[in-house]
Amino acid sequence: MFEIITQTTLATLGVALLVAVVRVVKGPTLPDRVVAMDLVGVLVVGLIVVLAASTQVPATLDAAIVIALIGFVGTVAYATYVQRGRPE
Amino acid sequence: MIEILTAIMWMAGSAFALLAALGVLRMPDVFTRMQASTKASTLGLGCLLIGAALQLGDFASLIRVFSIGAFILLTTPVAAHVIARASYLADVPLWEGTILDERRRAQKP
Repeated sequence: MFEIITQTTLATLGVALLVAVVRVVKGPTLPDRVVAMDLVGVLVVGLIVVLAASTQVPATLDAAIVIALIGFVGTVAYATYVQRGRPE
Repeated sequence: MIEILTAIMWMAGSAFALLAALGVLRMPDVFTRMQASTKASTLGLGCLLIGAALQLGDFASLIRVFSIGAFILLTTPVAAHVIARASYLADVPLWEGTILDERRRAQKP
């Protein structure tokens, strides 16, 4: 029973990841893509946490910490680029 | 008992994550997309983390899970604010049904 719950959770997160990647590809402006990539980072962190808990391998949580950190720094860097890219 | 709680948390978390992705796909504007993504993804990831913490039970992994949760809860609003401010100042087009745009109204009195 619990196997089915785990696989349903993983499948739902995978579908959410695909939908967010569709927005990354389609997004008409750069901030759309940055927002969608931020969401992709958060979804990957959730996927890794669920995998680590369901396979009982807690060492993978370190990868989740690193991906969360890199996602935040990347979003802030892209925001600075969006704001400075246009001459006033 | 713990498995039932974990199952409830994981189903709720993945549902919120799917809602966040659908909001990012369907909303008409950068700012509406961003609010859908930020709120729903924070809540969804919180539910997933609570479920994983219940399932792992080990003290070292509990500390890691709580640090991931605290980091995401601290940084997601900051990142959303920064990217919203940057895109608003860079004149990213708003949705055509937007009622109030105070910066443009101040420029053209």
